[in-house]
Amino acid sequence: MEAEDDAAGAIIGDEEIYANGRDETDSQRHRPIISGEQLDIEAYAALYTGRTKTTRLLFIADKCGAPSMELEALRMAYDEIKKGENTQLFREVVGKINGRLGPNYGLDNAWADAVDRRAELRKEKLENELNAYRTNLIKESIRMGYNDFGDFYYAHGQLGEAFKNYVRTRDYCTTSKHIIHMCLNAILLSIEMGQFTHVTSYVGKAEQTADGLDPVTVAKLRCAAGLSHLEGKKYKLAARKFLEVGPELGNNYTEVISPQDVATYGSLCALASFDRSELKSKVIDNTNFRNFLELVPEIRELINDFHTSHYASCLEYLGNLKTNLLLDIHLHDHVETLYEQIRSKALIQYTLPFVSVDLNMMANAFNTSVTGLEKELEALITNDQIQARIDSHNKILYARHADQRNGTFQRVLQTGNEFDRELRAMLLRANLIKHDYNLKAARKH
Amino acid sequence: MNLNMHSVESLVAQIQGLSGNIGELTQLRSYLKHCDDLLRTESTRLAPLLTELDPSVHSLGYLYILEACTSAPLSKDQANELVLSIARFINVCAAEQIRLAPEKFISICKRFKEQVVLLDDPMRGVAPLLTSIRKLQSSTEQLTTLHPDFMLLCLLSKCYKIGLSVLEDDVFEIDQPRDLFLYCYYGGMICIGQKQFRKALELLHNVVTAPMPIISAIAVEAYKKYILVSLIHLGQFATSFPKYTSSAAQRNLKNFSQSYLDLVNNYSIGKVSEVEKCVQINKDTFESDNNLGLVKQVVSSMYKRNIQRLTQTYLTLSLQDIANTVQLNSPKEAEMHVLQMIQEGDIYATINQKDGMVRFLEDPEQYKTCEMIERLDLSIQRIMMLSKKLTTMNEVMSCDPSYLGKVGRERQRFDYDDFDTVHSKFNI
Repeated sequence: MEAEDDAAGAIIGDEEIYANGRDETDSQRHRPIISGEQLDIEAYAALYTGRTKTTRLLFIADKCGAPSMELEALRMAYDEIKKGENTQLFREVVGKINGRLGPNYGLDNAWADAVDRRAELRKEKLENELNAYRTNLIKESIRMGYNDFGDFYYAHGQLGEAFKNYVRTRDYCTTSKHIIHMCLNAILLSIEMGQFTHVTSYVGKAEQTADGLDPVTVAKLRCAAGLSHLEGKKYKLAARKFLEVGPELGNNYTEVISPQDVATYGSLCALASFDRSELKSKVIDNTNFRNFLELVPEIRELINDFHTSHYASCLEYLGNLKTNLLLDIHLHDHVETLYEQIRSKALIQYTLPFVSVDLNMMANAFNTSVTGLEKELEALITNDQIQARIDSHNKILYARHADQRNGTFQRVLQTGNEFDRELRAMLLRANLIKHDYNLKAARKH
Repeated sequence: MNLNMHSVESLVAQIQGLSGNIGELTQLRSYLKHCDDLLRTESTRLAPLLTELDPSVHSLGYLYILEACTSAPLSKDQANELVLSIARFINVCAAEQIRLAPEKFISICKRFKEQVVLLDDPMRGVAPLLTSIRKLQSSTEQLTTLHPDFMLLCLLSKCYKIGLSVLEDDVFEIDQPRDLFLYCYYGGMICIGQKQFRKALELLHNVVTAPMPIISAIAVEAYKKYILVSLIHLGQFATSFPKYTSSAAQRNLKNFSQSYLDLVNNYSIGKVSEVEKCVQINKDTFESDNNLGLVKQVVSSMYKRNIQRLTQTYLTLSLQDIANTVQLNSPKEAEMHVLQMIQEGDIYATINQKDGMVRFLEDPEQYKTCEMIERLDLSIQRIMMLSKKLTTMNEVMSCDPSYLGKVGRERQRFDYDDFDTVHSKFNI
């Protein structure tokens, strides 16, 4: 017996304390693969079609801060616009280029005028047609007439007019297919205009149509809903919507969103807002979503890192991706908040299983300094997100569980005192009012 | 009309004869009421009469005559004598007798207080007024007109402890609302002087939230002190009034205390330098309101609050870090502050001077001692007593004819179930 005990004692003595999140044997596998290289603008732009391609390129040109990238983006935007009929946007882009790309990318007035003239003619033609249809009162033709108008205005960059015309078709829709068509157009315009309240209402309308929707439309609607939640900073709802998007989406909605975006937005929102069990069931074990995650391997890696508590590499991935994410038109305003939330969640999750945590080891795990870490933890403790206290002398974090019994006694005594005080004040006031009332009554008589 | 000796003697005889029991006293009282004008006109000649009467036995008569004597304006030496004679009377008079003529008694006590203040010796008046209050009160729950005068004398003479002992009684019945406001205001000031901020807050709260059709200067001053005490004691101030505050107060009080509300805003931001700046800007206002001392206490309470907040996050912290977080100048100052807080019982901590570290401890109260159980028991008893009071008051009210009349008239406006209990004879 004693020999066994000795052996057991010896084994225990040989064990070392391992830092959470740092497993030496796995270090090879979890070395960051992608170092967030500069965004390949052509590849990025190829993911999208239609007007959003141009707006995204312009956004990148605005925000990227590197002249070479900016010019590349502007060049591609110019080419794209020349393929379309939006002369106003054309003039804008030329202004931004400012002659830096040479004579081929200057203000081509001839082209602009030709396009404008064509537009005038087309507009007249459409108007005449529409009037003819209206006098004939054929619903289907009127609907198509308004739709054509909507398309026309959209191509020429007059988004408000386009939206109005699309919405006017509502009165002439006869089948659910028509309604869905109208809703999708309205949603597209609302997203382009940045009016996400409309997006939510039209998504709702589309989902309520009686006939079954085909899976592609369902996926499209879910994406749109997710986008509007994202804009509204409701990250949990946005995550849920994006995670429900089926793989049928494919490349069918590139005028709004690409599958890579679905993966990125969904994962980041989920990381920032889901708790551990939800993250596992809805993201990691989600077979449908896996297809999307395959398109963005870095994000897949960082989710796995987060789940397996390899926080340093997870945060490293996030840091690398940050510059590129800031160039995304929908995510730009939310990157900071999401990152903060993810970091806080990581800190909280790290401390959760322990009674005491050595701050030095934790600082290593998060690749930060002990003083910085102390400040962050202090903020989290003050916000009641971590129940613990810091031993600043020895640099240890101790979990602290409130003593229920003492707390209850304290609250009871306090409530008693408050009740006492309130009741006495109330009786006093009642007597004052009675006195006043009696005085008035006495005066009356 | 000349007071001839005959009627003087008959007066004295009446007093002496009718001071036996309560029936005779009521008779005496009506007689004295008739003679009131007489007494007043002949006030200067009444002094010798007093020597023939025994104040402890003939209190009612003595009171009337004394009151008539003292209503005339006096010179300084006469004032001293007056003070002595009234003090003597108060000490020996019979409580039941003077309660038959409360206005007279109150009037001489007020006169007494005036003279004491004029003589610049408020301490002489403290004990007699205390006795007079106890004799005039029908119960300890009643607030008399003399209470605020007593409080004022305590404040002027700095006899705070006596003032506090009177404040311990709960007050429920009041003669005049104005008395209550003054009483609570002065009482609040006494509590502040004794650093009993919880009670001060309660008293000032009563003034601010009392029903009042129009606001008075007392309410305005009380509100200013209320803000400051709230900052010191609770570390915050709720600018919204409770629902039961009168609308006059809700609308107007804030207009008079703008600098104080600025102080509140700066305090809630949490930076000591900002608060000090605000104090500097508004120094004159605070000084003219005699609140500068309190304001200084508000500033030092900020340090306390900040250190208290640290106890929630840290187990041990170096004095240097405390000084940095709380915006103090040096670790030595931090040590001073922490030491003082430990002594006053605001936090539980130990200072390790060798390492320059402070270790924060949990509240050692385990709620397991006999004293704690007694405290709980006492609390329960009090609340039961108060609840009983409330129920009695409710019952009395629901039998009051004017209440029932009003409810009967308003019956149509209310839900049928609420007032079904009122008899239909009370409709209109």
